[in-house]
Amino acid sequence: MTIFRRRLQETGKEMSYEASKMALEEAGLELKDVDSVVLGSAPDAFDGIHLKGENLLDGAGGAGKPYLRVFVGGGTAVFSPIAGWWHVASGLADVCLVVAEEKMSSCFPHPQSAFGHIWDPILDRPLKPNLVWIFAMEMNRYMTVHGIKKEDIARVAVKNKRNALDHPCAQLAADLTIEDVLNSEVLAWPVQMLDISPPSDGASAMILASEEVAKKLTDDLVYLSGAGWCIDSTMWTDRDLYFPEYVARAAKMAYKMAKIENPPKEIDVAEPYDPFDYKELHHMEGLLLCDKGEAPILTREGVTERDGDLPVCPSGGLLGVGNPIAATMGIKACEIYWQLAGKAGKRQVPNDPQVGICQAWGDLMQYGSVLIMRRG
Amino acid sequence: MSFTHWHGDMEAQYIYTAGIAGERFFRELKDNGKLVGTRCPKCDITYVPPRMYCEKCFAELDEWKDVPLEGEVVAHTEVHVDIEDNKLAEPFVIGFVRIDGTQGGLVHYIKAPEVRNGMKVKAVLKDDRVGSILDIEHFAP
Amino acid sequence: MTKPENPRGVELSSKQMKEGDVIVNKWDPRVKYAWATGEAISRFLEEMKNGKLIARKCDSCDRILFPPRMFCEECFKPTTEWVYIKDTGKIETYSISYLDKDARRITDPIFVGVVSIDGASEKMGIMHYFDETTKEDIHIGMPVKAVWKPPEEREGAITDIKYFRPLKEGEE
Ligand SMILES: [Zn+2]
Ligand SMILES: [Zn+2]
Repeated sequence: MTIFRRRLQETGKEMSYEASKMALEEAGLELKDVDSVVLGSAPDAFDGIHLKGENLLDGAGGAGKPYLRVFVGGGTAVFSPIAGWWHVASGLADVCLVVAEEKMSSCFPHPQSAFGHIWDPILDRPLKPNLVWIFAMEMNRYMTVHGIKKEDIARVAVKNKRNALDHPCAQLAADLTIEDVLNSEVLAWPVQMLDISPPSDGASAMILASEEVAKKLTDDLVYLSGAGWCIDSTMWTDRDLYFPEYVARAAKMAYKMAKIENPPKEIDVAEPYDPFDYKELHHMEGLLLCDKGEAPILTREGVTERDGDLPVCPSGGLLGVGNPIAATMGIKACEIYWQLAGKAGKRQVPNDPQVGICQAWGDLMQYGSVLIMRRG
Repeated sequence: MSFTHWHGDMEAQYIYTAGIAGERFFRELKDNGKLVGTRCPKCDITYVPPRMYCEKCFAELDEWKDVPLEGEVVAHTEVHVDIEDNKLAEPFVIGFVRIDGTQGGLVHYIKAPEVRNGMKVKAVLKDDRVGSILDIEHFAP
Repeated sequence: MTKPENPRGVELSSKQMKEGDVIVNKWDPRVKYAWATGEAISRFLEEMKNGKLIARKCDSCDRILFPPRMFCEECFKPTTEWVYIKDTGKIETYSISYLDKDARRITDPIFVGVVSIDGASEKMGIMHYFDETTKEDIHIGMPVKAVWKPPEEREGAITDIKYFRPLKEGEE
């Protein structure tokens, strides 16, 4: 993966190339060994290039190959490797290169202007909404239903930004206190500046290979053992936002495939989607890693620290490393791979992880994608 | 009063970076009035506009090459309507020019009494250049 | 060795990008749209102009769907009946926003949230503004009522309701 920054000079193609090249080098492969390419990228309105998949393809190694661009909002970060897995699991490809890219710095006056285009043009947009509103409304609902204090949510931002100090790509790594978060600028109450991940430019890539090919390449095999995805109704004003039911359904689908019956016991490391600090908690509950309303308690008890019983977002997450939407694959799916393969270095969780889970989330608070990996 | 449609727009402006290879391409055009490309020695391809990588073998390209301002019209069309479908007073010709000695080329305006595919053309540069594809005024015989 | 190793990328500042230190191209797409409102929402907008909220009933699951639609997404059957609902409801959630739509800071905050409407099925509502309340008083579960624009100013839009205000005691 590239570094994640508010602005990178590279074009989207060039970022895609840099990430793809790193992934190929780490796997010991060349482009000619790649049978198919999956490219994940969020709305064209960020890069400001329509048919973005087509624009990026040469930098993503897709020229002259079976190539597919996928996009499911923020869920793209984990859906992209799921789409890559179809290619390999179906036998269509022995090696699939999965590339994820986002260049949000092109959009002015702010990437939020492009987010404006995702709302219903008749019912929502006349109210001049900012995307932060939906997070604020969901966070408020979640806090109110369970009686959660803001300081218990702020702990997530503190933890993830601190974890990000060990990530070489990090945009917003910092050693902060809960007070720093609680005293930061109020953007849309209850959301404050340090509750939120930044817009970023960046790209990431990973290689999926059939078992036969993978065994020739490495001794540290990591298997994709479960995949799930689910979307709820777009009529978001008709749903109770306190619990992401669609994430729970995606998780159940993935657990069933991975033959996991007791997720809190069997999952050793988790990378749930954390564009906002409360989302990590919301998604831990959606992933059935704890009961509804219990995630803030586990966080307060230190369970989700890197050396805790269930390390959560050891990468530093979107809060610390950055949020180039689709390209957060690098701190979700890639991180779980590095953790299970024992390659995470200073970020390595000490509990000798055998099974890990990652998840991404997107659209109008309605989409969840889940991928489970197991050490070979 | 009709309620069948809701009118609006998609507000957003964009600023695109030229990128790593694009930065050098446009700097050379602006400052020195030159076209440059990158070459992949393995595949023997010269990319114009230059790319930082070879799309065939994925090698990173660091061999920069001055290329001529001349090329050959590969394809062209005469344009009679503008981007919003309004009839133009004067039609113009746009075409793809393969730059000599390269596998690449540029899409640009072509000004000639009669434009034919296969004809030799040369980039006519502006005096005041800003680092844009429009630093080339047009291609002419 | 920690992965990823030696990640690449050339960082730019806002100044470099905006003031021509690096070569950039600018683009203002200026595209305009006429979105079809469809059968359900065109009637909804027409009723908004009349100062009324209207929903659709699904005979199959007995739900009153709001905003109205011509099909029930759960039963996947056509909805069957127009039903007027009230212009009162309950705050399901809310935010107090110091950001405008382009993330510019505003000093006079916007009170915004989801209001479920009385007469529609549970949780069925819309996003809208709140006013005539304070940061201290507003809360989830608060009963509210629509404040409409005067009839001559209504145009068949979600903004024909100016905002929702707290329901007064004894009021319906
Ligand atoms: Zn080559
Ligand atoms: Zn129904």
